[in-house]
Amino acid sequence: MTSSAPVAPILSCNDVSIRYRVGDFKNIGFKEWVTRRLTGRYKVVDFWADRNVSFELARGDMLGIIGANGAGKSTLLKAVTGIMEPTRGRIVRRGKVAALLELASGFDGDLTVKENAYLRGAMLGYTRAFMDETYPYIIDFSGLKDFEDRPFKQLSSGMKSRLAFAIASLVKPEILILDEVLSVGDGAFKAKSEAKMREIIKGGAATILVSHSLAQIRSMCNKVLWLDKGRQIVCSDDVGGVCDSYAAFLRSPAGTQPKFDPAELAAKRAAAKAEAERQAAERRRVEEERRRKAAAAAAELARLRAEAAKFAEVRRILKEGGR
Amino acid sequence: MFAKLKKHRFLFEELVKRDFKKKYKRTILGMAWSMLSPLLMLLVMKVVFENFFGRTVNHYTTYLFCGLLTFNWFSESTNAGMRSLFGNASIFTKVNVPKYLFLLSVNIQVLINFALTFLVFLVFCAIDHVPFTWKFLCLLYPMVTLLVFNVGIGMILSALFVFFRDIDYLWTVALQLTMYGSAIFYTVDKFSPKTMMVFMANPVYRHIAYVREIVLAGTIPSLSTHLVLLAAASVALAVGAFMYKHYNTRFLYYV
Repeated sequence: MTSSAPVAPILSCNDVSIRYRVGDFKNIGFKEWVTRRLTGRYKVVDFWADRNVSFELARGDMLGIIGANGAGKSTLLKAVTGIMEPTRGRIVRRGKVAALLELASGFDGDLTVKENAYLRGAMLGYTRAFMDETYPYIIDFSGLKDFEDRPFKQLSSGMKSRLAFAIASLVKPEILILDEVLSVGDGAFKAKSEAKMREIIKGGAATILVSHSLAQIRSMCNKVLWLDKGRQIVCSDDVGGVCDSYAAFLRSPAGTQPKFDPAELAAKRAAAKAEAERQAAERRRVEEERRRKAAAAAAELARLRAEAAKFAEVRRILKEGGR
Repeated sequence: MFAKLKKHRFLFEELVKRDFKKKYKRTILGMAWSMLSPLLMLLVMKVVFENFFGRTVNHYTTYLFCGLLTFNWFSESTNAGMRSLFGNASIFTKVNVPKYLFLLSVNIQVLINFALTFLVFLVFCAIDHVPFTWKFLCLLYPMVTLLVFNVGIGMILSALFVFFRDIDYLWTVALQLTMYGSAIFYTVDKFSPKTMMVFMANPVYRHIAYVREIVLAGTIPSLSTHLVLLAAASVALAVGAFMYKHYNTRFLYYV
């Protein structure tokens, strides 16, 4: 766990809330809007996708965001990248942000693989020179050499995400955002992409990872943010603890309030530790007993052997005397 | 804005390329259609209307072509521009790029189409024995103002299109109205002064009239005409730019 160094955070979210409007133009259309305006029945319902979310990231930090579907994770990420503006609160970024959101979408089915690669590269802010230089690597990494001039829509979805990953993994951002993209493709590619991902993260970026795989969060993150229906349950360094609480919440019957209680968790942990110690002591005691019995048996054996030797000696003397 | 444009030059070029490829995808004649389709339309109009108006108008084919050329540019640009923002929703909801890039990209493509048609137009002028003078250079002025006007209207329409798709149908009707109100195949000299006011308030008609005055009459239009074209372009661009700025971060709630 990284200690909170006294450097300015590279990314800070301060009490961020994001609101969607429900029931205006988008949902009801022009005609309804006019009639409702006229009859005075026009009203908008506010839907808060995120409410009062705060966290800070320093260089090298990796934040995992967990929460059920609709918890507001993707919306929060959009605000972090600057695509959306928070309705309330402030997000301060001190560096270039690169977001790998929903990788395979946003490609154009009619263009070829090569054209799509260049378009995507342009979208991510690369230069043409950079793309010319790295294109062979991209094709090689994604393993699409034979498909270069095929229209994109003819590719399988696995191939699409492989290409997307290969292009996106060239970024060298200060803040990297990963939305469920850590591992794409089949087994072999999955290993390759995970290795690549770790390399980028090691490159010094602060990373935000959204994942439904708790194992992944546990093994990679040093901070974790738990969202539930837009509310921030907890943001903590105690990754294991929060993951435990979240897993327990997922198993609990519907209607249970999600909560992260450090005291309760500490008590549980202390109990677990005591239990482990008790078991260890028991094991030690059994071992000691076994060793003691073994020693006793060895001593008995030695005594019997000595006895036998004595008898043998007596027999020999008797035999000699009888001659 | 230009600094931003420079920064996003690569993306802009790729978008223009993509728009081109998509436009002529699976057409046998490809770009030749840019020249052929206005010619076919010209042929239709000539056949239908020549008996009515052709007798009173000198160089009727050229007269007709001036109107069609200008109006088609306006209609193509605004129609394509209207869909440009919504059609690229999958891009601007994922990466933070200036949203006017999409509109400018389709306008580049439409502009190139226009340039090709314009070449054909010049050939037709020659066939029709229209005298070429240095004044033809003045045609650059309405081209620039109409380009800006198109971009402005495109911005307004594309912003509205995101909020309600009804604008698609409304704009089809509006374009039809503009076409009949732009004196493409008839002349305006027999209308009452009151009706003339309607024509004079129509920026598309003013552009057509400008082109005709240069090409057919061989005179340079008045200063006030120049100012009107400039004003129309500036107002359209200002309103469009304001809408884009105002709704910049709100578009993605509606796609």
